[in-house]
Amino acid sequence: MSAIQRISTGRRIKDRVVQGLVYLAFALAVVPLISVLWLVIQNGLARFDLEFLTHSMRGIGARDAGGGAYHAIIGTLEQVLLASVIAVPIGVLTAIYLVEYGTGGRLSRTISFFVDVMTGVPSIVAGLFIFAFWILFLGIPFSGFAGALALSILMMPTVVRSAEEMLRLVPNDLREASYALGVPKWRTILKVVLPTALTGIITGVMLAIARVAGETAPLLLTVFFTDSINNDPFNGPQMGLPLYVFDQAARPNDTAIDRAWAGALTLILIVMLLNLVARLIAWWRSPSRAR
Amino acid sequence: MSKQIQVSGLDAYYGSHKAIEDVSMTIEPRSVTAFIGPSGCGKSTFLRTLNRMHEVIPGARVEGKVLLDGEDLYSSDIEPVSVRRAIGMVFQRPNPFPTMSIYENVAAGLKLNGRVSKSETDGIVEESLKGANLWNEIKDRLNKPGAGLSGGQQQRLCIARAIAVKPQVLLMDEPCSALDPISTLAIEDLMTKLKDEYTIVIVTHNMQQAARVSDRTAFFNLAAQGQPGKVVEMDDTSRMFTNPSQKATEDYITGRFG
Repeated sequence: MSAIQRISTGRRIKDRVVQGLVYLAFALAVVPLISVLWLVIQNGLARFDLEFLTHSMRGIGARDAGGGAYHAIIGTLEQVLLASVIAVPIGVLTAIYLVEYGTGGRLSRTISFFVDVMTGVPSIVAGLFIFAFWILFLGIPFSGFAGALALSILMMPTVVRSAEEMLRLVPNDLREASYALGVPKWRTILKVVLPTALTGIITGVMLAIARVAGETAPLLLTVFFTDSINNDPFNGPQMGLPLYVFDQAARPNDTAIDRAWAGALTLILIVMLLNLVARLIAWWRSPSRAR
Repeated sequence: MSKQIQVSGLDAYYGSHKAIEDVSMTIEPRSVTAFIGPSGCGKSTFLRTLNRMHEVIPGARVEGKVLLDGEDLYSSDIEPVSVRRAIGMVFQRPNPFPTMSIYENVAAGLKLNGRVSKSETDGIVEESLKGANLWNEIKDRLNKPGAGLSGGQQQRLCIARAIAVKPQVLLMDEPCSALDPISTLAIEDLMTKLKDEYTIVIVTHNMQQAARVSDRTAFFNLAAQGQPGKVVEMDDTSRMFTNPSQKATEDYITGRFG
């Protein structure tokens, strides 16, 4: 039996010190985030106007003011959408296989291993692969779609991992409850397991999209480059916002630098908007809403 | 509606571990049969073999025969999914589907199994909720999430969900162990009411409960730790609790072990 003690001064001090350290760590983590946002907003607002959002760079010379990123916005949206259309179904289906069907089997362990390997693939390698296979070997010219292929390679492992984790969080009780009602396995997955995990899967997909939306390296090798508007992602070179920022920032005059900042601001806004939409979908679908 | 179950020479395994050995018994229709016994003796495992839920666990398998009105449920040309439709199950912990409303939870078995008209579903939902003694409490909030109910209400919701698909047999795996005495009473009353229509099998750790609700009782036990569980004795409940033929049964019931 030990006696009931008062909290010693030493423990009080330790408590305070650790608390202070945690706050400090939080501040350290937030400082870069705030400063990046601040810098981008401050510098980007100069050229973040209607002309910027509705005009391309066609016919705008190196030292000219004006011009915009419309072609790059279109390109980024189309490429990211196509990449998601490819990567999300494959990723979610892979996760379903890993969690619901291939429990501990040789195939599922192999898939798991290669998903881990894919997570570590540098983005330029994904771009090089599509460049070598799609453009050089198959001889299909540069297009937004080639860029989407490269981006989908980068998206897939993120989607698989996050969807897998969310599916594993679904309690086994629910699967059993469904089986006990005489519901076949595939319907159980479709109607019980997926809806329960949906919010988490959407969040994971959004993170994956946010990650690839900012990729520059794979686009350099696959969508090539253009100053004109190209609405067709399957035909001819396109532009992307990261490429646009990269291109404009490399030019020596202030008008181009301003355009680069405005491009970066646009990219951040697009990603934030997508996140907001995803949160709304998740909120709208969540069971607690009706309460 | 109600059907008889005959089990003969049934063994159940988890991988290479034999959980129950050589169980044979007859479960009569329109009655409540209770399984009692110490933890880990295979009562729940045996219950799950009756509607082929045992094999859902990876590596689990069953040997022997389970006949539902003469038809072997483990015959190779039987669809396990249809067995589970005929023999419903209620679990230890209430497990309503969290993404569905109360109404959708009760209708889940119907909706997930095929098309039923809206009016027909409405009728079955009301009937099932009344059958589970829950209708009066929740009829005004059918569209609220099922997870928002109290534990006892959730368990009755799960019973309503199970009887909505009109099974012939209802298996209950310690349905009251997570509930307070009042909810327990509600569910025991419900069992007495449901046995007019269903064959009911219940696993319980509560001897008084077995004595209160069941017509027949089976006592499960294992010879030693690591050995498979067996049925020691099965008899009419009144006899089991007053004059058991086996010493082990008497010891367990009077609380001398277990």
